[in-house]
Amino acid sequence: MNDKNRKKTAEELGVDKVHLESGIEVDPVYIANDIDGSSVKGEMPGEYPFTRGIHSTMYRKRPFTIRQYAGFASPEETNERFQFLISNGQSGLNVAFDLPTQCGLDSDDLRAMGEVGRVGMTVDTLDDFEIAFKNIDLDKITVSLTINGTAIIAIAMYIAMAEKSGYDISSLRGTAQNDILKEFIGRGTWIFPVDKSVKLVVDTIEYCAKHLPKYSPVSVCGYHIRESGANPIQEMSYAFCIAKAYTDGALSRDIDIDDFASRLSFNFDIYGNLFEQIAKFRGGRRLWAKIIREEYGAKNDKSSWLRMIAGGGGGGLTKEQPENNIIRSAYYALISALSGTQTMALCSYDEAYTIPTEHSAEISLRTMQIMIHEMGICDTVDPLGGSYYVETLTDRFEKEIKKEMKKVDDWGGIINAVSTGKIQESVSKQAYEREMGIQTGKVEKVGVNIFTREEESKDVEFHPYNQEAADKQIEKLKHIKASRNEHDVKACLAAVKTDAENGENLMSSIIEAVKVYATVGEIVQVMKDVYGEFEEPIFF
Amino acid sequence: MKILLSKPGLDGHDVGVKVLAHGLIEAGHQVVYSGLRKSIEDIVQKAINYNVDMVGLSILSGTHLIIAKKMNDVIKENDLEIPWIVGGNIPNNDVKTLEELGATKAFATSTKVEDVIHYFMDMNETQSQ
Repeated sequence: MNDKNRKKTAEELGVDKVHLESGIEVDPVYIANDIDGSSVKGEMPGEYPFTRGIHSTMYRKRPFTIRQYAGFASPEETNERFQFLISNGQSGLNVAFDLPTQCGLDSDDLRAMGEVGRVGMTVDTLDDFEIAFKNIDLDKITVSLTINGTAIIAIAMYIAMAEKSGYDISSLRGTAQNDILKEFIGRGTWIFPVDKSVKLVVDTIEYCAKHLPKYSPVSVCGYHIRESGANPIQEMSYAFCIAKAYTDGALSRDIDIDDFASRLSFNFDIYGNLFEQIAKFRGGRRLWAKIIREEYGAKNDKSSWLRMIAGGGGGGLTKEQPENNIIRSAYYALISALSGTQTMALCSYDEAYTIPTEHSAEISLRTMQIMIHEMGICDTVDPLGGSYYVETLTDRFEKEIKKEMKKVDDWGGIINAVSTGKIQESVSKQAYEREMGIQTGKVEKVGVNIFTREEESKDVEFHPYNQEAADKQIEKLKHIKASRNEHDVKACLAAVKTDAENGENLMSSIIEAVKVYATVGEIVQVMKDVYGEFEEPIFF
Repeated sequence: MKILLSKPGLDGHDVGVKVLAHGLIEAGHQVVYSGLRKSIEDIVQKAINYNVDMVGLSILSGTHLIIAKKMNDVIKENDLEIPWIVGGNIPNNDVKTLEELGATKAFATSTKVEDVIHYFMDMNETQSQ
């Protein structure tokens, strides 16, 4: 008997229909026939279009990188932390910045009041970078700058600091988040109009392609888009549309796709249905490879690799019965590994309500280590390859992500869709529906709306605000402003302005400006004078 | 009721405030939204321009006490009597402090949308009595 005739529908079997968060219906069973036409048959890991992973050996050769996120208020504390990490054999650190730095305001700006050093390191001038990286061997440590609206200035400072210390910048490594388009959808640290914001990202890509070929100037974040309410299909498709917008911009300059595409990476979210997430990554990876090779004509395989960091999403964790988050995070880590991630980071189980303790941070680290060292996750590449269900869903995800990208094209492209608030509108409506789903019990959440128990309500806790440190930072800024060469600062700021007016790449003039200690706020103000500011479409 | 929902300060987390906007509209209220990163002066001006019955401040970065104090000052300076509420990432321990700073009501982290809607319903009834 033909297998096809033996496969029955939910109705025939008398069971409930099941739909994924993305709306895709799941069959009660999958059979060999389902993947008859799948292109994955005969595909090896490390081979185009990389459904099964970007490397032939994957974790067998080297497990995924563990990179936990951390923020430190002052450049001095950041430096201490770097020294500590290096002495412990670590080689990378994410730098978080405070909101004034991210929004282009100096510490002494009235609008920065109460925010200086609150959610990350404060940067007013190059001096702060010089303090943070004092006695750090930039050849040994790779630095990730988590900044977007003012990323071009942060990258310029990193380069200026390295140059001043005598490094050959052509061998400088490191990464910046620098994904401004997702900031318009979630997170909100935009400054300039959308097209000008994209232009600045393209400036960094062009500059790095020409002068810092080992630097990764952009990490496109589906993560924040999903946390804002997007479903897994939208998370991937919007991220790809964003990455394409940067790619198109870069190609309009005098550079080749193979000069920069391999330096683009992605940051994705994990929560929700296990198989749906795995298919999202496998299908997404295949589609991205095809886009880069077929649409953009890349010749180098590395250009079409979907390199990603994927770990636990805060959106899946709960304040209720917080120990359950340890279990959730272990599943998220498993999903990430089964999806062939390059880098992994997990949230601490208690961070929904408190400052993660050393203990909770250690549990996150151990979760990943147990998987690597006890579960055999590194033994074989793409262990789910060939699964009737996973491959069917992977094929479906590739199609659905492509379809959703077409929808964005119909909205006039991602830049238009974000400028008009079209994407923000659809995403926020879904966030509302999901929240209502959880509050009404339609979306089941253990400990929240099912299997609840009376528990002491946990209070949220913040790091106490350090007014003294903020005052010290403002003093330091005053001192630098008094001791720098004002003539040079004015000339350099004027050069930034001229370049902005003439549509030139701003990297060189910003590097010169930061070298004479022009402040982040001053540079941003000059750019605002030319570009104007983004007018947020009011959508909800 | 006509409610102005606002995002004062530099915090860009707007998922919660937009979820609440949808909920309030569904419950029959009129909602005006300020957009991100508004100064308290802008927000109060908007409240006057739109003649709203209530202002909501959504703050998640931990600056709620500083912002609430500013709100109280600006409301007093302008001799206004618009009730205002605070939500976002608010510790239970700060609820009372915020109300002492002039907030009509403060909602701690994890407050359900329907609880906020009930609060507005009660307000509405008290006002129309």
